Amino acid sequence: MKAFSELLDNLNCTPQRNGRIRLLIDYFKKEQDPNRGWAVAILTGGLELPNAKASVIRSLISARTDRKLFELSYEYVGDLAETVSLLWPNTRLSKTHFNLANVVEDLQKANRKNFHELVENTLDKIDTSERFAFLKLTMGNLRVGVSARLVKLALADYGNKTPSEIEELWFGLKPPYQDLFAWLEAKAPPPSINDKLIFRPLMLANPITKDALMDLKHQDFAAEWKWDGIRAILVSDGKECKLFSRTGDDIGQAFPDIVRITKFRGVVDGELLIVRDGVVAPFNDLQKRLGRKKPSKKLLEEYPAHFRVYDMLFHNDMDLRSESLIDRRTKLKHWVDAIASNQIDFSSQINFSNWEELSAIRDRARENGIEGLMLKQINSPYLPGRPKGPWFKWKRDPLVADCVLMYAQRGHGKRSSFYSDYTFGCWRSTIDGVDELVPVGKAYSGFTNTELVEIDRWVRAHGKERFGPVRAVEVGLVFEVAFDAVQISSRHKSGLAMRFPRIHRIRWDKPAEDADRVEGLLELV
Amino acid sequence: MPKPDTWLKVTPHGLFCVPGDFYLDPIRTVPKAIVTHGHADHARPGHEAVIATPETIEIAKMRMGINTWKNTKPLSYGRNFKLNGVDISLEPAGHVIGSAQVVLTYKGSKVVISGDYKRRQDPTCDQFKVVQCDAFITEATFALPVFRHPDDRAEIKKLLASLDRNPDRTHLVGAYALGKAQRVIALLREAEYQSPIFLHGAVNKVCELYKKFKIPLGELKSVSQTNKKDLVGQIVIAPPSATRDRWSRRFTNPLICFASGWMQIRQRARQRGVELPLIISDHADWDELTQTVVEVEAPDIWVTHGREEALIHYAETKGIKARALSMIGYEEQNE
Repeated sequence: MKAFSELLDNLNCTPQRNGRIRLLIDYFKKEQDPNRGWAVAILTGGLELPNAKASVIRSLISARTDRKLFELSYEYVGDLAETVSLLWPNTRLSKTHFNLANVVEDLQKANRKNFHELVENTLDKIDTSERFAFLKLTMGNLRVGVSARLVKLALADYGNKTPSEIEELWFGLKPPYQDLFAWLEAKAPPPSINDKLIFRPLMLANPITKDALMDLKHQDFAAEWKWDGIRAILVSDGKECKLFSRTGDDIGQAFPDIVRITKFRGVVDGELLIVRDGVVAPFNDLQKRLGRKKPSKKLLEEYPAHFRVYDMLFHNDMDLRSESLIDRRTKLKHWVDAIASNQIDFSSQINFSNWEELSAIRDRARENGIEGLMLKQINSPYLPGRPKGPWFKWKRDPLVADCVLMYAQRGHGKRSSFYSDYTFGCWRSTIDGVDELVPVGKAYSGFTNTELVEIDRWVRAHGKERFGPVRAVEVGLVFEVAFDAVQISSRHKSGLAMRFPRIHRIRWDKPAEDADRVEGLLELV
Repeated sequence: MPKPDTWLKVTPHGLFCVPGDFYLDPIRTVPKAIVTHGHADHARPGHEAVIATPETIEIAKMRMGINTWKNTKPLSYGRNFKLNGVDISLEPAGHVIGSAQVVLTYKGSKVVISGDYKRRQDPTCDQFKVVQCDAFITEATFALPVFRHPDDRAEIKKLLASLDRNPDRTHLVGAYALGKAQRVIALLREAEYQSPIFLHGAVNKVCELYKKFKIPLGELKSVSQTNKKDLVGQIVIAPPSATRDRWSRRFTNPLICFASGWMQIRQRARQRGVELPLIISDHADWDELTQTVVEVEAPDIWVTHGREEALIHYAETKGIKARALSMIGYEEQNE
């Protein structure tokens, strides 16, 4: 435990990426199995503790400290684990050495009742820095500045492997990863994964602009619509079927209507959508299905899931990834015909004879479900990751509106203590004919760190009342907000919701009265 | 006996003593002022007449020029002075050298303005003295229970251990030029670190003054007069802003350290790009603040700047009346 908490402390204070990789490698060298494997699981989000919830920690700390002082501290620190690690009274520091693997295994074994007690007893016996590490692993979602990708890079470096070798195996491995470390240390062959229903890393596209396209040969590329759903892969061994999101999360539970399709063996790549009578529904509709563990029959009927496939990684036992896109798509087309499911269709290609023509086609498409175009080199093999060159996404130009900042909230993680989450609104007339601002969206991206500091300063100087962590501000700062679409929503006071809003520009120059009106936004629906 | 809030008022210039006709740590130029200590947000230039400790007056002259205050009245700790019917005395605040709590008594009503303070031992200044009073005016820089400053000697050990582990890197310690820098040096000497310590010009100037005040700081050298390669594996002390500035580019692969109470919070350390956070503070932590508001036995607590809400809440749970003065102009971040 001490070694792990020191690792987290050091990672926090090492801004350079290479320095962090070095720290991880040193840790793998010095620490033993299974401790180091559990550390990898914690850092990559692979440790599952069903009884661990932030509410357990909250209830423990509220029994030990004044509630108001806790809330003020949490708001200031911006990280629950850190707040509690600092607030927890240093009572009876024990001399006993806590072993990371034992701690993790005890937490896994604990049932709901004694989980509470176990966490409390452990917190009493360790110091502040260990408490931080312990609380982080207990609650998951670390935010310690180390991505899963960085850990995999360190593992690759440690074992003289390439990062893609690690990625390929990754989803077939289980903590504490003893087989992985044995392979990395050349003591065993690579762990076998081929008989498993696992996620395979996806091939991703880079954004491109029209100007950059002009330098490419249009004959080399095939175009497809970029659908506004979620990227997923469907994996089956003929008996069972699994659906994974692009990050490898198993989302099959929420989509029983998709994973019941089992009469194939292989891996197909496509877009998960809600489709009614052949028409793709807005993304909002798909969101109603996401995260539902047991969707009701009514939900399944009202929001029918659909999988539009565009690529195939495996067919039966054949790995198709080294074949060209054309060859893979030919096999995929046969596969779609053979499956003959009305919930699966083939993402067709768009005919075009030059970039100008394609650009005109792109501009004409205004349907809800279309985000833009995908351009794929026809001879490209399927390369996991985001290789530069073979695939591009050519998104539709975003819509923009000038909105007025209404509320700001302090961020978490590396933005803790900065006001970094913004709710903004547009004008509309009340019944009395007076103008009022109503919220139309919330964004926490699109600005630089320097701009963040400037906005934070503005918020502090123009703050009004507080609602918990949320600060209302005076009417005065205008953001040009970019977004992909506007949808009708009953959840918001303005009656609309923006899809993927982000701060496009800060209009320090623009008077708030000149910001956009809700009526104008409604025309974009 | 008049109530404290009838004769002591918050004004845009700062706290004002009505019968005495003087301000306390005014943020703008005034005819008469009492200044608690030499930090720039408390000691401002241009006042006509100032009462302060002899050390604070010396510091102000060094920082802002010898004529910055037209008339000065040095008042040592424990001595009394009467002005327009108000009794004035100064007691140690333990913040930095010369830092004082101002004790005002008017018609039997006694108010203590503590300025910035800390309770723990500091080899470079006198220790805080508890003065019982009718109203106690306190800062609240670190008034949250997450701020519990560790033993400063253990923090210095961390610095020395890092120096052992990284003998090829210059350890560049960001420390406020007045007070913090000298305390870090004194603590290093206590830990038997004998090598010369290298200083940024701004720190050097203050250290010269500390030598006059007879605070031993060992062998000090100026960075600007030292060859870059002779700084490898050495300790350099500079104001926090300089560690992030062009100035720091003169060192090859420096290890950035920062001595501050804010370093308790991980993200603060990370946001500033600090590799070695040293939790050393010249302000009272939560335990010291809460201990103090109880020990002064004042029925009335006024809180000036910082995280007032938590301290006021604490006082109320102890049955002590407390309120925020919401004073602006005192920089909480530059500790």
